[in-house]
Amino acid sequence: MDTLRSAVGLFAGLLFGFGLALSGMMDPERVLGFLDIAGAWDPSLAFVLGGAVGVSALSYLLVRRMRKPVLAQRFEIPHNRPITASLIAGAALFGIGWGLVGLCPGPALAGLTLGLPQVIGFVAAMVTGMLLHRFTTARRRAS
Amino acid sequence: MIVYLSALAGGALIGTSAALLLVLNGRIAGISGIAAGAMLPLSRDTPWRWAFLAGLLLGPVLYRLAFGAWPVVQLDAPWSLIVLGGLLVGYGTRLGGGCTSGHGVCGLARLSPRSIAAVATFMAAAAATVFLVRHGGW
Repeated sequence: MDTLRSAVGLFAGLLFGFGLALSGMMDPERVLGFLDIAGAWDPSLAFVLGGAVGVSALSYLLVRRMRKPVLAQRFEIPHNRPITASLIAGAALFGIGWGLVGLCPGPALAGLTLGLPQVIGFVAAMVTGMLLHRFTTARRRAS
Repeated sequence: MIVYLSALAGGALIGTSAALLLVLNGRIAGISGIAAGAMLPLSRDTPWRWAFLAGLLLGPVLYRLAFGAWPVVQLDAPWSLIVLGGLLVGYGTRLGGGCTSGHGVCGLARLSPRSIAAVATFMAAAAATVFLVRHGGW
């Protein structure tokens, strides 16, 4: 079962990475063009999100009729909790970082394959940011 | 036209990836969560997360095999912004519990109020940042 789940993970990752490459989202210049609503706005990336959300929504309709996933004991879907200050603060910080460089986590990781030093540096900083969050929250919980 | 079609097709493949993870493994295709969760401590989710990340990195290789060229990646930002941006993206996605994929592709698809709030916030913050950098004289 674990092996099958890993095989699904590998295939899903491959589809995700190929989809990112095909969609144009791996190019920070394109992403910044999409985010630049006051400049020569490039709306094409709205189609990426539209296509992705559309197909993803169909799967949520399907799982409503399923008691459990095919290869696991239960669905681990975040249940709707209140909109918290940390949700909004985190999303705002992420948005600023995304707007500064034009990379979000998926395209940054997929972009490692091309070996550009700037992308490797961005991912190193991103992982550092994740670890920073982990260690600061762990300390807060411990004290 | 072809740009819009490849954007739509690429998006549909990303949605299919999220659908497979959900229906088969019961998990959300949130890249920041998968990446953060792939680090220690080890759990039952560690192997499929690393497998997903390996697949994600192989995606551009498949693109190269299919189209004979690597996908375009133009990144001209100065190093100071690259490092600051990376830190903010890493810290912010953990604090906010998701990124474009987890809150965007998966959260919007199930109409999660938290994800709708998160997407509206990071889209607005990103557009405001681009505006200040490109048109605000920063």
